[in-house]
Amino acid sequence: MTFTYAAVRPYAGTPRRGPLTRLLEDERWLAATLLLPTVVLLGLFIAYPFVKGVELSVTDAKVGVPGHFVGLQNFADVWNDGIFRVAVWNTCLYTVVTTIFKLALGLWLALLLNNNFKGKAFTRAFILLPFIIPTVLSTLAWKWMFDPTFSVINYLLFQLGIIHSRINWLGDPHLALISVIIVNVWRGVPFYAISLLAGLQTISPELHEAAAIDGARAWQRFRHVTWPLLLPVTLVIVLFSVIQTFADFQLVYVLTGGGPANATQLFATYAYQIGIGTGLLSQGATISLAVFPVLLLVVIVQLLYIRRVETH
Amino acid sequence: MIEGAIWRRWVFFYFPLTAFIVALLFPFYWMLVTTVRPDSELYRPWNAPNYTPFWTLHPTLEHVRDLLTETLFGTWMLNTMIISLAATAISLFCGLLAGYALSRLKFPFAGSLGTMIFITYLVPQTLLFIPLADIIRNFRLGDSPWALILTYPTFLIPFCTWLMMGYFKSIPKELEECARIDGATRWRAMVYIIFPIAVPGILSAGIFAFTLSWNEFIYALVFLSSPDEKTVPVGVTSELVRGDVFYWGELMAGALLGSIPVAFVYSFFVEHYVASLTGSVKG
Repeated sequence: MTFTYAAVRPYAGTPRRGPLTRLLEDERWLAATLLLPTVVLLGLFIAYPFVKGVELSVTDAKVGVPGHFVGLQNFADVWNDGIFRVAVWNTCLYTVVTTIFKLALGLWLALLLNNNFKGKAFTRAFILLPFIIPTVLSTLAWKWMFDPTFSVINYLLFQLGIIHSRINWLGDPHLALISVIIVNVWRGVPFYAISLLAGLQTISPELHEAAAIDGARAWQRFRHVTWPLLLPVTLVIVLFSVIQTFADFQLVYVLTGGGPANATQLFATYAYQIGIGTGLLSQGATISLAVFPVLLLVVIVQLLYIRRVETH
Repeated sequence: MIEGAIWRRWVFFYFPLTAFIVALLFPFYWMLVTTVRPDSELYRPWNAPNYTPFWTLHPTLEHVRDLLTETLFGTWMLNTMIISLAATAISLFCGLLAGYALSRLKFPFAGSLGTMIFITYLVPQTLLFIPLADIIRNFRLGDSPWALILTYPTFLIPFCTWLMMGYFKSIPKELEECARIDGATRWRAMVYIIFPIAVPGILSAGIFAFTLSWNEFIYALVFLSSPDEKTVPVGVTSELVRGDVFYWGELMAGALLGSIPVAFVYSFFVEHYVASLTGSVKG
């Protein structure tokens, strides 16, 4: 046996390793390297703006004018600002109403799509279109459909005998908010439906069969079999949707611009109007920040509820 | 399937489903009809006797031609394409690496870092756009595509990371261990064994990220100001409305053509898109 041990490399076929490779063999160094680009980008464009927002909110900065420290003056101004209160109220109303409708209609559509029928894949693909197509572009189509003089919706309602004179969808304060809600629901239902459908498909049909054999009717089967199993995924969908709706901007910006007379002003459109439109950076940043606790509260409550449901 | 008599099937299934489909797709049909309708028919009040809303007897491509020749629409399409592709590429790169690290490696603060990325996933763009506009101005990135290429990843990376983490978790650890026993370094095992398996996940994340970038509005609205730097959503909404006059034919042509790239990508990868959509809401 003339076998020299030193000549054998640790593993057959292993190339010689440089210092960099050896460094990356260490799990911690590899992790740090892999996470570096993400941390840099998110730090630079999320964490830093957040700090900057807090900084702006305690100064009187305008575009191109570095501000002076004014303490909590901006927050006091915002608190006493009637339009801000209207905007927050509208935002909450908008979020609650659209979420209820999106959930109800989305669930209904998901249950319909969960049946087997001809052209199911095709239908499912087409139904997602409102969610895929850029929101501002589809919202423009709605703006055209709501046009006071040329509205096709008015035409339909007139032909059906429901109305006798024109409806000024976006010009009337109450109707404007309803119109905005309709468009948001239209855009959101496909997302709910497709996500809930994915949830429905994980429920074993055997459970339904067992319940049917035990004599449960369709409604009872939904209430006691489907719904409890669907609840966890429903809550996560609602969480995402509520955040997105609460912070909605583009839909209202295109349809009404917050008008008439701030009837559809949401906090995001108001922050845009003040911060970018009139260039009062600090005021705008304050409006965004002032809403942050409300959003945080909503998210925390939902996360706690999700945890409670999931542990049961 | 709905059980029972045929009328029950109609009342509880076919009728509601048809109503949903019509309501969800009607605005797109309306875009199309408006695009090909001549102006003389377009501006006819809804209660006029010869108002024929749902079709036109004189289809024309005049609006499309005006859109392509008299506006910067082509430039906007190109801008949006470049920005969306670049932002998607950056986000996929970051998300892939970060997703691997967070789902496969043990290191201090892994849990809290994962939570932080999840929180940024929940931060809506409308919360930060004002300070971000200030930062973009200070970095001298304003009114250039870089403003968007660098900021879009902030909402795409968390999503890509989240999706890739879920995907990596479904790949058995043994595959990697085998490669390492055969002498591969951690790096090589990751790049040559795990990443190729993760291609469907990468594709899903990429498609979703691309459509999200194409649809983004508020950052593009705030960070860009010259007409020839704009993206499709911003260009169509701001430049095709002159003064108070809405050129509906061109607007709808713009909305229609501006939606085509996303619809095109979507139609080829419906399954991947749906997978990422449902993956994105699974905890």
